[in-house]
Amino acid sequence: MLKTILRRTGKFAAIAAAGLVMSAQAAEPIKIGSFLSVTGPASFLGDPELKTLEMYVEKINEEGGVLGRQLELIHYDDVGNASNARNFASRLIRSDRVDIIVGGSTTGATMAAVPLVEQAKVPFISLAGAVVITTPVKEWVFKTPQSDRMAAERILADMKDRGITKIGLISGTGGFGSSGRTQTLEVAEQMGIEVLADVTYSGSDTDMTAQLTNIRNTDGVEAVLNFGFGQGPAIVTRNYAQLGMELPFYQSHGVASDSFLELAGDAAEGLRLPASPLLVPDSLPDDDPQKKVVQDYKAEYEARWDSKVSTFGAYAYDGLMLAVQAIEAAGSTDKEAVREALENIQGYVGVTGVFNMSPEDHNGLDADSFRILEVQNGEWKLIN
Amino acid sequence: MFAEFLQYLFTGITIGATYALIALGFTLIYNASHVINFAQGEFLMIGGMATVSLTAMGVPMILAIILAVLLAGVLGILLQRFAIAPAKQADVVTLIIITIGASIFIRGLAQLVWGKEYHVMQNFSSDEPIRIFGAVLNSQSLWVLGIGAILVVGLVLFFTRTLIGKAILATSMNKEAARLVGIRTQLVLMLAFLVSAVLGSVAGVVVAPITFTSYDIGIMLGLKGFVAAAIGGLGSGIGAVVGGLLLGVVEAMAAGYISSDYKDAVAFSMILVVLFFMPRGLFGAKVVERV
Repeated sequence: MLKTILRRTGKFAAIAAAGLVMSAQAAEPIKIGSFLSVTGPASFLGDPELKTLEMYVEKINEEGGVLGRQLELIHYDDVGNASNARNFASRLIRSDRVDIIVGGSTTGATMAAVPLVEQAKVPFISLAGAVVITTPVKEWVFKTPQSDRMAAERILADMKDRGITKIGLISGTGGFGSSGRTQTLEVAEQMGIEVLADVTYSGSDTDMTAQLTNIRNTDGVEAVLNFGFGQGPAIVTRNYAQLGMELPFYQSHGVASDSFLELAGDAAEGLRLPASPLLVPDSLPDDDPQKKVVQDYKAEYEARWDSKVSTFGAYAYDGLMLAVQAIEAAGSTDKEAVREALENIQGYVGVTGVFNMSPEDHNGLDADSFRILEVQNGEWKLIN
Repeated sequence: MFAEFLQYLFTGITIGATYALIALGFTLIYNASHVINFAQGEFLMIGGMATVSLTAMGVPMILAIILAVLLAGVLGILLQRFAIAPAKQADVVTLIIITIGASIFIRGLAQLVWGKEYHVMQNFSSDEPIRIFGAVLNSQSLWVLGIGAILVVGLVLFFTRTLIGKAILATSMNKEAARLVGIRTQLVLMLAFLVSAVLGSVAGVVVAPITFTSYDIGIMLGLKGFVAAAIGGLGSGIGAVVGGLLLGVVEAMAAGYISSDYKDAVAFSMILVVLFFMPRGLFGAKVVERV
């Protein structure tokens, strides 16, 4: 008798407790987890990304949050180290129990976390570039930056428009450069462009005159493309000018920043590269749907942090906004519903581009989201 | 064809001259103490970075260069005083490890003070390259070569004509005997660090317009300078110069004629080949074992 009473009381208590938890949950914040390379060698990615996330989580909360709930940002610094990234992803999933993850500054960090999020079934929006992240499609993994393949497509398409079919390629041997080189060679073959010279340089090289001389002496080269990252492309650009090479010159999106212009100086005059519209917010035509988003992001970021806006921060902006939009569309933080909503986002106008997600495409951007810019009088000029 | 060759040669000699200056710094300290100072690359970085940041503050270029070289010199003395001297009884390997530690420390400090970005420095004279037989030469290369040559001649005079220079040489030959004849060997060691810091920083300043400069530029350049010193025969001044130029030229030729992928591999395997046939390097001193 006593036993049954006890058991019943126990059951009742359990139900009551569950009810309490349920009602508490309605007011509980939506947890957005993030692991970024805020310090370490990739801090130029993680730092603006974290600043962007903090700033917009704050802003959204001031405006009343999402679904009437506040957002809570839980973030860790992986110092650019993939095994840290994996540990932090695990902590976000298991102990912080986040609703969605927006993070992963580098491809290495992202790929280290992918098996975990796939297993735990948590929606994950990555901020890293490489094609492998979303090709082949992984059920729970999305990403906001364009891939290097799109950059190669965009550059080669622009060359074709100018009637160029034979090029020389010079690329860095680092991860970014060598992946870019592979993509360029593949895309070039598909588009019927011949790569006549294919040379490389290592990240710490201080003079690329020899490699460029090699390209210059290759018969039939009509344009030169440099795929690389860091200071290398700036040295290539200077050597290119010193050698007096007159062929059309292209750089990749890897150096699409104002600091590149400072390093390369006058030598950069006339070169073209694919870039985010964020570099030229004011020269976008008025009917461009991205114009307002891009201008607003730039103005808000620069006012808040008193430092120059960067394309990498924009990836975090798009990641957060996609997450918010998906949660709103799903009407809850149910993970499967959010995942499905993410997959069906159409026409979201972000800073990086206009996103059209689908079950087959978890990036949602096409090559046209890159704008071709040309350096004129030491400034970026929008070509198309 | 000839223009191509000439182009590779120019490229090689320019970068080779830089390696040579770094190698000379290694040689100096090695001679005075048998320590291989792996913070040598950091002196180069300090020279370039300090000049850039001082000119950014509005200091005239020449004054900025002088101050930067002074700063590196002070750092060289501090390194010897506070890192090497306290461990005086330690063996050479320990001292070498100390210099590696010091280089990491200096690099970290530079990163905090100057940040991680690359910086540009203006060419000393015009930006217009010089054309010779179809090849182009950056005008800054002439500065690198010229200043390199002046420093080498200066060093030779310093070691053969001045008492202090002779004292350093004496210490390198036999520390005990040098102390017995009244040479203050600790002071000599400090001087060696000072002179090699000055050499390194001058190299850093003259190449900065070509290579850009950043807090971590010293790692690879320092390593290449060490390779040059080893090829030439550690401890030999001529060896350092020849080793540096040879390394630079071989690198440029490899990048031009073979493949840029193997450039560094060629450079580093050169050290193997040279040391295999001439274990003391090209100009290494013959060591006679005394029984």
